[in-house]
Amino acid sequence: MTGFIIYKAIMCVGVFVLLLASAAYATLWERKFAAFLQDRKGPSRAGWGGLLQPVADGVKMFMKEEIIPNVSNRSLFILGPCLFMVTAVVTSSVVPWAKPVTIGGQVYDLQITDINIGVIYLLGVASIGVYGIMIGGWASNNKFALLGAVRASSQMISYEIPMGIALIALIISSGGSLSLKDIVNGQDAGFANIVWQPLGFLIFFICALAETNRAPFDLPECETELVGGYHTEYSSMKLGLFLFAEYINMFISSAVLATLYFGGYNFPFAQEVYASLGLVEGSVMISLIGFGVLLAKIFGFICLFMWIRWTLPRFRYDQLMNLGWKTLLPLSLFNLALTVVVEFFRGNIHF
Amino acid sequence: MQLTNRKVVVSNKVQTFAERIYLPAIAKGMIITASHLFKKSPTIMYPEQKRPIAPVYRGQHVLKRDENGAERCTSCGMCAVACPAEAITMTSGERKKGEENLYREEKYAATYEIDMLRCIFCGLCEEACPKEAIFLTDRLVDAQFERKDFIYGKDKLVEKVDKRIDVTKRQTQAVLDFKKIPGLKHNELFDANKLNKGKH
Repeated sequence: MTGFIIYKAIMCVGVFVLLLASAAYATLWERKFAAFLQDRKGPSRAGWGGLLQPVADGVKMFMKEEIIPNVSNRSLFILGPCLFMVTAVVTSSVVPWAKPVTIGGQVYDLQITDINIGVIYLLGVASIGVYGIMIGGWASNNKFALLGAVRASSQMISYEIPMGIALIALIISSGGSLSLKDIVNGQDAGFANIVWQPLGFLIFFICALAETNRAPFDLPECETELVGGYHTEYSSMKLGLFLFAEYINMFISSAVLATLYFGGYNFPFAQEVYASLGLVEGSVMISLIGFGVLLAKIFGFICLFMWIRWTLPRFRYDQLMNLGWKTLLPLSLFNLALTVVVEFFRGNIHF
Repeated sequence: MQLTNRKVVVSNKVQTFAERIYLPAIAKGMIITASHLFKKSPTIMYPEQKRPIAPVYRGQHVLKRDENGAERCTSCGMCAVACPAEAITMTSGERKKGEENLYREEKYAATYEIDMLRCIFCGLCEEACPKEAIFLTDRLVDAQFERKDFIYGKDKLVEKVDKRIDVTKRQTQAVLDFKKIPGLKHNELFDANKLNKGKH
């Protein structure tokens, strides 16, 4: 029992550190990547080639004056960023990071918890995430912040539906399990789910962009119209938490995308590669390779997120709603019907 | 009446399917931005790298000394008169006995101030100077925190004896031609006897 608790504690701390470190360096990479796309050099002064820039940003955020408006609802004002950050981190608990390791005859899953409703858990926690924005925006007692919060919540409601329907189609084609571990293992030997769900992937990806409030769906913090959107009144590390949680969200969205559609820690001809290296099932090496592959996929998705952000202009509010309700929702329903037909002929559905 | 041929009729044409799903246009845009990943950045990393500047660049002023190390400025006020921004102020002093190595002529500038925030670096002061005392150089005026720090006195303007500043590039052909005019040897030491006997 003690061993179990220690192993889970190590997993939690490890994932937490991984999230914070990767999110910190995602902020740097975002600025660097934007600079490369715009023929600039990006931050390069702090540390070697700018490697200490996230530390400098963090120190700056902590040292800044903290202002809580008199007219705000103080407790909710503080709760907002905390909730946003907590939900961003908590999502990571169902992501399988690598193949199970066998140490001393004991099998250790490299996943904080494998619950059998993993996908529903993801959707649920992701939709709680918007409460942080809503509460923060409302408690600020500022019209811009309130508008940002309203936009965030309506956007979340609109895009959660096509996302959920795209996930149903994915679950049908991947064997019917809601556990992320089962979904990844289903892509172990055969094709990744993207092969059977290209349209579903597109819908899920667009919705993931919207759920993480990334451009072109960053209406809640739209600088041009709403000053800063929901975080207009925030300063110091509370603002830092909002901005930081966005990068954690992006990291986890990438991890989920890679897990659900791109085989997670699996890669083509994995068994042959492991066999040629003489690695047995359950060895640490296999887990490390798998973890590296997953990180590479996550990095690829993060780059794609950033590439999109620095290319596309922001949607107008009515365009956002049109796209969500009039395009993505029918498209996801069509995808669901198509999946059922295809799976019936593949012999995965029996009446 | 038609004034130009740039008139365009507004079209409210219905978007095609390809235009409506945005994806081709998005792909096009993303390829454009991705192509910039491989372009060279034109950034100049400033303190280490500097942009090449023209040889006749007009930057921070210098008050020259002559070959013996005496200040050339005689506080005539021509530069202050010529200055369109009224950035130059000075007060005059009279040379005492024994100061011949400090000041070239009997009158000198006791104080000489240029307000670098007023100065427009036009170079009219050096054109006006009859003594070749003031020149603009290729040095940049440093940033300061206080307005008063931008008023440069003689401590910053007069060149150091052991650190002479080369202004030969600023001595334009017009100046050099002017110096060749016979009888106008304004660069020579002022000599009352010579003036009395001379051809002037």
